[in-house]
Amino acid sequence: MTDITADTTVDAGAGATVGAAAGGAAAVGIGAAAAPPATAAPASPAVPAPDAAALGLAGAAEPAPDRHTVFCTRDLNVYYGQFRAVRDVTFDVCQHEITALIGPSGCGKTTVLRCYNRMNDLIDGARVTGTIEYHGLDLYDERVDAVEVRRRIGMVFQKPNPFPKSIYDNVAYGPRVAGQRKGLDEVVEGSLTKAALWDEVKDRLGDSAFGLSGGQQQRLCIARAIAVDPDVLLMDEPCSALDPIATARIEDLMQEIKREYTIVIVTHNMQQAARVSDMTAFFTAEIHSENDTRTGILVECDHTKTIFSNPSDERTENYVTGRFG
Amino acid sequence: MTDASLIGAVPPTLETLRISKGRRRREVLVRWTLLLAALVSVVVSALILWSLFREAWTFITGVVWAETWGQSGWFPRRGIYDIPTIVVPTVIVTAIAMVVAGPIGLGAAVYLSEYARAGVRAWVKPVLEILAGIPSVVLGFFALTWIAPNLVGRIGKPALLTVGLGVLGLYAAVAGFFAWSRLKRYRDGSSDSSALIGVVGAAALLAAMGVGYLFWLLSLLGDFAPARAGSLAAAGIGVGLLTIPLVASVSEDAMAAVPEHLREASAGLGARRMATATKVVVPAAISGIVAAFIVATSRAIGETMVVFMAGGAADAARFTDSPFEGGLTMTAAMASLASGTDSVVGEGLTFQSLYFVGLLLFVITLALNVVAARFVDRVREQY
Ligand SMILES: Nc1ncnc2c1ncn2[C@@H]1O[C@H](COP(=O)(O)OP(=O)(O)OP(=O)(O)O)[C@@H](O)[C@H]1O
Ligand SMILES: [Mg+2]
Repeated sequence: MTDITADTTVDAGAGATVGAAAGGAAAVGIGAAAAPPATAAPASPAVPAPDAAALGLAGAAEPAPDRHTVFCTRDLNVYYGQFRAVRDVTFDVCQHEITALIGPSGCGKTTVLRCYNRMNDLIDGARVTGTIEYHGLDLYDERVDAVEVRRRIGMVFQKPNPFPKSIYDNVAYGPRVAGQRKGLDEVVEGSLTKAALWDEVKDRLGDSAFGLSGGQQQRLCIARAIAVDPDVLLMDEPCSALDPIATARIEDLMQEIKREYTIVIVTHNMQQAARVSDMTAFFTAEIHSENDTRTGILVECDHTKTIFSNPSDERTENYVTGRFG
Repeated sequence: MTDASLIGAVPPTLETLRISKGRRRREVLVRWTLLLAALVSVVVSALILWSLFREAWTFITGVVWAETWGQSGWFPRRGIYDIPTIVVPTVIVTAIAMVVAGPIGLGAAVYLSEYARAGVRAWVKPVLEILAGIPSVVLGFFALTWIAPNLVGRIGKPALLTVGLGVLGLYAAVAGFFAWSRLKRYRDGSSDSSALIGVVGAAALLAAMGVGYLFWLLSLLGDFAPARAGSLAAAGIGVGLLTIPLVASVSEDAMAAVPEHLREASAGLGARRMATATKVVVPAAISGIVAAFIVATSRAIGETMVVFMAGGAADAARFTDSPFEGGLTMTAAMASLASGTDSVVGEGLTFQSLYFVGLLLFVITLALNVVAARFVDRVREQY
């Protein structure tokens, strides 16, 4: 047990075979949650005390001693051309937890989320300063290949966006572009099962994904994202286009899969954040009256319970109680 | 009454809502004018087609086919009308043009829509469109004076053989894949034995075509005299250059119309740009890309000036199937016949032969469009 955990951390830190390591992490995930605190200390020689950092930042309302930091974000600034969209964001995301990003529209939640798999690289003129460490490794190091990053850090978008291909080909897409040719049937079945969609589509895998309902399409997108066996899932308002029943299914699904993955979710739905997340980061926008622009800032990041019952910042309290935004 | 602020407050009466006589008359006038414009184009097309058919029919019924049969050459003024003599060079020129324009045009389109930054695209695309505006006379002249001696004369043969073998390889791969997938479906039991007969027939036909093509390619090894004057290859390359912007621009439009969220989905799954382009963007834009190829092929078939100037045959020709010799395409045959002072004097049906060739061109282009439309319906990925 201890050995495996140690391997996982070191490999991930070295960035050599993170894919395999993520698999390993998944395999031990359930056990790790119940492991005694002692395993954590020798497990992280390559990572500079991530647990302490995480706990210190989180305010430690409910200390979970064996938390492992996945994303360590420090002084993150994102610019679109001259426009600064977010300023000085600092917080941590921990393994096998669901971290919710909430805040009023335009405060930069999507922008921050897209930094974690370097999706902003695709936007002309987008620029990132500050550091994001992924298992202790600088994500924006010039030697890091953004494509490799995205294979480990999957993304589910606000609007279901299946490819205009069959259900099967949608799920098999990620493994295929990664070069996998064999065993795709198993991957497709496994991913669809995890995404709670298998029973509904198993008889029509060859049909177009566009024949599915919106909720099914979104679960297909989740299946597609977990088919590459990622380490982290980034979800940008995954339920905003869905009805309450489909939303509930996806929330259940998130609880189910968080044992294997780390999830960061953006949501506008307070109840959803309160229901599903372990940690909540509240963002807001500061308005510069001189040129009428807004810059997103992180107000606080804490245990979800604390954010919703006893936040340390007044702005958070106003927002979560519905008095603002 | 017409004060905007009052309209909501006053209950409507028929008087306030009634359409005025003048307004109604103007609506009717507009409608009929537009209808007239639509009708004119339809009627003109119909008239052209009708005269085409009529004169072509005179030719078809009047010509003594038995006499032209076996004559190898196109000498309309002497009454020798051998159709392969003008069809084969047309096919050669079009094929060479598409081998040039297809990959370059598609490559440019993929670059512009998937790789280029907005700033680069902003000036490359207009430049491409200027290229499309180069008069074909200029390109014909360029093909005759530069492409023919320098490109075709010097490296024509190895280049053609390389490309030719590449095309053959591609053909074999596609045909092989087709046969294999059908065979697999047969073995799976999802297809019955009567279908297998069709498949075997189709496979035999494909194989025969491939072997024929290979023999043709090999025959070119022998009779190669570097043509310093015009040749079908020079004309084909010229026409290809002329159609690059068309392929590039129409395919780029189709690819740019593919929604951004599909690219993001693909990138988010760890696909490189090239994988996103080939596996997501091109399939989603396939109908537009095929349309671009069809339009370009039609354009290449119909292109006249370049083949007339650089094709290497003035107004009459012997049969040839070698791209390194001069040959007469259908369009060049028509142009040369209709130009000159004696324009259409000659044997009795010389004039009508022009219409016949025109009809042939029309039928070929039409067939191309029909086939393309059916193909697109099959492979389209709707987004
Ligand atoms: N591609 C872009 N180019 C320029 N500006 C952008 C771009 N994307 C976002 N922005 C700007 O950055 C700011 C933050 O946007 P972002 O989409 O991150 O907000 P958000 O918190 O996700 O909002 P919402 O809740 O409405 O989704 C906004 O002011 C937005 O206008
Ligand atoms: Mg957003």
